[in-house]
Amino acid sequence: MDSHIAFIAAAYAVTAVVIGALVVRAVVDHRAQIRALAELESRGVGRRSSRAAGEPETGGRVPP
Amino acid sequence: MLTRLANPSVFLKWSGAALPAAAALAAALLEFGLYLAWFVAPADYQQGETVRIMFLHVPAAWMALFFYGLMSLSALGTLVWRHPLADVSQKAAAPIGAAFTLICLVTGSLWGKPMWGTYWVWDARLTSVLVLFLMYCGVLALWRTIDDPSRAARAVSILTLVGAVNVPIVKFSVDWWNTLHQPASVFRFGGPTIHPSMLYPLLAMALAFTVTGATLYLAGMRTEILRRRVRTLTILEAERLDRQAA
Repeated sequence: MDSHIAFIAAAYAVTAVVIGALVVRAVVDHRAQIRALAELESRGVGRRSSRAAGEPETGGRVPP
Repeated sequence: MLTRLANPSVFLKWSGAALPAAAALAAALLEFGLYLAWFVAPADYQQGETVRIMFLHVPAAWMALFFYGLMSLSALGTLVWRHPLADVSQKAAAPIGAAFTLICLVTGSLWGKPMWGTYWVWDARLTSVLVLFLMYCGVLALWRTIDDPSRAARAVSILTLVGAVNVPIVKFSVDWWNTLHQPASVFRFGGPTIHPSMLYPLLAMALAFTVTGATLYLAGMRTEILRRRVRTLTILEAERLDRQAA
């Protein structure tokens, strides 16, 4: 049975790495978009002047 | 009510508030599920400790099918109802579904080697799950191929709906053909065939994977909405610079 421990450990390790990669990707991607949006807005680019704090205004629809 | 919640501005507000709680719940459920899987569930009388791989493999397989189903519903939302969040939903669901399918395939192989004596056989269940993974890869590739998100969404929707034919094949492959893979043992007529000492840890891990997947899905949708906003503003800025230069 000891010889099977490597298979069990590998299964849990692969799962941890894949789910961890999903989480890291989600955080990094979100931060990149927030940064890009802030940069654009700091240059005065925007369709609306009023905007809720921390959240972009989408005007009720997803921009194409 | 649902229509109001699915308005992108409203969605960003409520999902932003819900996300920290969802992430905390996912972490807590994963911890609880792993505790049950490692320390409470007994070793199987035939599989021994190797049965602990099942607590990852089975929930990952359910999630792989669930996210493809979600993508298919979203594809209908894009093509039929043209809902503004439908293609955002498709794009957010694809990498999560692909990741769970990969986990299902790898953990299945790692269970197969000590139990069956091989990492892989071309039986109907394994092959149809591999096809599911390839469909996810195709969808992800197609998103990257077309620049315009609306056009990409329509193309992806068609591909997704074509691939949806494979979902019942995955589920019923073990009934329709003779496979090395065992038949369904939880969702079946006559109830589960698994002893409660293993069934409850399995269901706990399934709940943990579901909440984890849902949290990542919400986060992915929020990021995609922001990405589209960035794209629109970049185009607006380029047009403004063009006008100034002219």
